[in-house]
Amino acid sequence: MSLALDFGAVLIDWPLLARGAALTVALTVAAALAGLAIGVAGAWARQQGPLWLRAPVAAYVELIRNTPFIVQLFFIFFGLPSLGLKLSPVAASALAMIVNLGAYAIEIVRGGLLATPRGQVDAGLSLALTPRQVFFLIVLPPALARTWPATASQIVIVMLGSAVCGQIAAEELSYYANLIQSRNFRAFEAYLVATALYLALAVALRRALMWAGPRFLFGRSAAQR
Amino acid sequence: MVDFTLWDIVRNLLLAARWTVLLSLVAFAGGGLVGLALLVLRLTRRPLAVRLVGGYVQLFQGTPLLMQLFLAYFGLAALGLNVPAWFAAALALTLYTSAFLAEIWRGCVDAVPRGQWDAADALGLGFAQKLRYVVLPQALRSGTPPTVGFLVQVVKGTALASVIGFIELTKAGQMIVNATFQPFVVYAWVALLYFALCFPISLASRALERRTGAH
Repeated sequence: MSLALDFGAVLIDWPLLARGAALTVALTVAAALAGLAIGVAGAWARQQGPLWLRAPVAAYVELIRNTPFIVQLFFIFFGLPSLGLKLSPVAASALAMIVNLGAYAIEIVRGGLLATPRGQVDAGLSLALTPRQVFFLIVLPPALARTWPATASQIVIVMLGSAVCGQIAAEELSYYANLIQSRNFRAFEAYLVATALYLALAVALRRALMWAGPRFLFGRSAAQR
Repeated sequence: MVDFTLWDIVRNLLLAARWTVLLSLVAFAGGGLVGLALLVLRLTRRPLAVRLVGGYVQLFQGTPLLMQLFLAYFGLAALGLNVPAWFAAALALTLYTSAFLAEIWRGCVDAVPRGQWDAADALGLGFAQKLRYVVLPQALRSGTPPTVGFLVQVVKGTALASVIGFIELTKAGQMIVNATFQPFVVYAWVALLYFALCFPISLASRALERRTGAH
């Protein structure tokens, strides 16, 4: 057994890795924003929405949470064109990540909503706020604050899961790792460098989310309620 | 060209699903054993052991499972060991599972009141006895639902073994798509079979959680 590693052959292609990491980040940001919106809308629908909407939302959550992301991605990219919906690799990746994160976000946000003390809703209604105002001004911000660590973890999981998107030729980080190793035959080194980059991205993303949440999403006062 | 009926597609997917189940069980059992060793190592409270296990968990939770599979596959090859895809997949999934289970179980052990450790100390129990007779039985109670729940993640994780060429449910789906040109139908059935595997496990995990009153 001899192990001769040559990282120089991989690192010389750093512009490709940087480009891939940039797309990984961009996909993750899109998935986080849209997924969170789905999470809030879905959690609202399951708790206070019209009855006909509750079962489909619950079915969507269970279907996504109990199937692998790679199958969801393949279904969107290879399967949907038979219905006339043909997406580019990047668009299909973004859609798959949004749909995936949305399902988990619904469950997470719903858990936060369920922990709302009943008295807060009553207090809001007694101040003559409309039910919608009560939801968006009183119930939602602390619910998002309570569940933010779980939400941040889930966004990181989706970012890591996006490594699969290279399989449909979306040019994200793992795609370029694959491209580099196909040119220089340094597969182990290429994937090790990419893995280290993913680890750095995961740590940085988690920090950024924990920083940004109280500032832009639910306000620092909600974090203390 | 052979014509595929719907039954041909489903039958072949079902046959391939056996490998998904087998790989899941191997990874779950192996991951459980390694995870238990990691947990015990961490509970010794030796600073070096705690840091090593913490780093191990962070490493596997902070990197894509797909990259772990590639590293196992090409890393063993770089060492001069030509291993088949199923071996690399089982190895990577075992290590991945062990990191998550060690972390889940650590949370459950931490939830056992500190007084239980002190009481076991007062009875003069050794480290192994404390774990065996006092701490782990109590941690097991709160640990069962999330452990069963994590099995869903393992089953879904095995789908990535298709990328390094192990023929399980997802890979079989790809191959059937290449032969039938019916990606919509085939991938819908692939998803449905994963759902049939995972949803009962999810339900069981939730039922256990309600019964133990963890929430």
